[in-house]
Amino acid sequence: MTNTNHRWIVRAIPYLWMLVLFFIPFIIVFKISLSSPEIAQPPYSPTFDPFVDGWSETFARFAEFTSANYLRLFVDSIYVSSYLSSIWIAGSSTVMMLFIAYPLAYGMARAPKSWRPTLVMMVILPFWTSFLIRVYAWISILSEEGLLNSMLLSLGIIDEPLVILSTNAAVYIGILYSYLPFMVLPLYSALEKMDESLIEAAKDLGCTNIQAFWKVTFPLSLPGVIAGCFLVFIPAVGEFVIPDLLGGSDTVMIGKTMWEEFFNNRDWPAASAVAIALLIVLMIPIMIFQNNQAKQQDMG
Amino acid sequence: MKRFSTFNAVSLTAGFAFLYLPILLLILYSFNAGRSVAVWGGWSTKWYASVFSNQQLLDAAWITLKVAFLSASVATILGTMAALALARHGRFAGRTLFSGMVYAPLVMPEVITGLSLLLLFVSINVDRGFWTIVLAHITFTMCFVAVVVQSRLVSFDRSIEEAALDLGCTPFMTFFRITLPLILPAVISSWMLAFTLSLDDLVISSFTTGPGATTLPMKIYSDVRLGVKPEINAVCSMMVAVVTVTVIIASIMTKRQEVERERAERLAQTKS
Repeated sequence: MTNTNHRWIVRAIPYLWMLVLFFIPFIIVFKISLSSPEIAQPPYSPTFDPFVDGWSETFARFAEFTSANYLRLFVDSIYVSSYLSSIWIAGSSTVMMLFIAYPLAYGMARAPKSWRPTLVMMVILPFWTSFLIRVYAWISILSEEGLLNSMLLSLGIIDEPLVILSTNAAVYIGILYSYLPFMVLPLYSALEKMDESLIEAAKDLGCTNIQAFWKVTFPLSLPGVIAGCFLVFIPAVGEFVIPDLLGGSDTVMIGKTMWEEFFNNRDWPAASAVAIALLIVLMIPIMIFQNNQAKQQDMG
Repeated sequence: MKRFSTFNAVSLTAGFAFLYLPILLLILYSFNAGRSVAVWGGWSTKWYASVFSNQQLLDAAWITLKVAFLSASVATILGTMAALALARHGRFAGRTLFSGMVYAPLVMPEVITGLSLLLLFVSINVDRGFWTIVLAHITFTMCFVAVVVQSRLVSFDRSIEEAALDLGCTPFMTFFRITLPLILPAVISSWMLAFTLSLDDLVISSFTTGPGATTLPMKIYSDVRLGVKPEINAVCSMMVAVVTVTVIIASIMTKRQEVERERAERLAQTKS
């Protein structure tokens, strides 16, 4: 067709935009992660420039600074423990989330048809209201003189206020609360598509309710389970707002460490190295997620 | 008609209570006359009055709205183009990188996106402030637009587009006469998604801002770090109210459009 000649413009504009504002910045982050911190504006000095020093010199320095900035990530225990505890907190809250979200999504998918759009809407609505507000709401509930403690005290369930705010428990609650829609919606769409006569067939063939669930329903909902887990796990690993507002000083998560490195210590090369290392940790889950997503989009 | 089973009713009630109680409590306590967050001191709207006399908060709110409006509008255009490219352009050169760049920001931790954009702005030496926040917000919200619009594009009947092309429409006209009206509900709801994502953003704004541009989430964040204030409860309740009303209106509108479209399609089928 002759009139398809200009179609490439439609994709060239967003393509160029994302290259300049998404792809190239990562290369810059990588470059700065290999430079040394400096008290200046901007607070780093480039340690190599292939166009000035020539490539062999560049590679020599590259090796040197890789050992300087990146080895620090392994030697300094704050980085190692933030990585490990971020992955642990994000991973265990993803598993807990599955237990909370599955019954909710199941209830939605098995609700009368006329109810379903309203129920979906009710799950999405809190997601539209500010993330910061939803985290903030928990501060006044969980604090020592907060609503939860005053309620439990007046009911006589506890004698002295529980310390929940500024602990890891509060971080878990915050993650479970904020990311719940991300898990419920993919689960719901997998469960809703399912043909219910399959379960009847399984029961006719002698399955109990529980057997039918594990042998039919759960395997069929696996694409939703996978999508939901990645949607929760990946952003939760790099979460900053929740550990900062709900967690205590002993809550170390990598997003918070990076923020402090950047805003409080003004060590931009270190913050960049942390970012690159975090990206490498998340690379595999992100790629699996994208593949899964692209496959589902192509199928329609 | 099918009814709720006991198990389903219980899990739905518990799930929705968990989702809504904290926000409802926040709204309730924004009307508390006392300063405390746990002791009810009677009804009062004084915190709302004090919000409207707080110039810093009002300035921050105005900046946030401007950023959100501008970035959502540009992001909707760019995101729709990206969606068209992904859904209609087949296997063009560099498609893998392109779809990667569209899907990655959906799950990318905000601290990484924020830091990388800041370092870009620093290295090309632009003054940071209002416009750098807008650029940053366009970049991460257009990906959400692309995903929403793309899923609408793959779900509708392409033969209508092909018919228009066969009848001599240029691709440009086909898009505005056929495709756009059909995907309009998705485009509108993706604009709203981009708008609320931008309203909401704290981390990326904090990295990409400069002197003089403080958004509302940044202001709320710095106030919250100093302790819970009833005034912040009032601001938050108003934000929740605005978002809830907009979302409900939009969903009623798109629902009505869908019903009308279905009726028109059915009518067309019976006539042929």
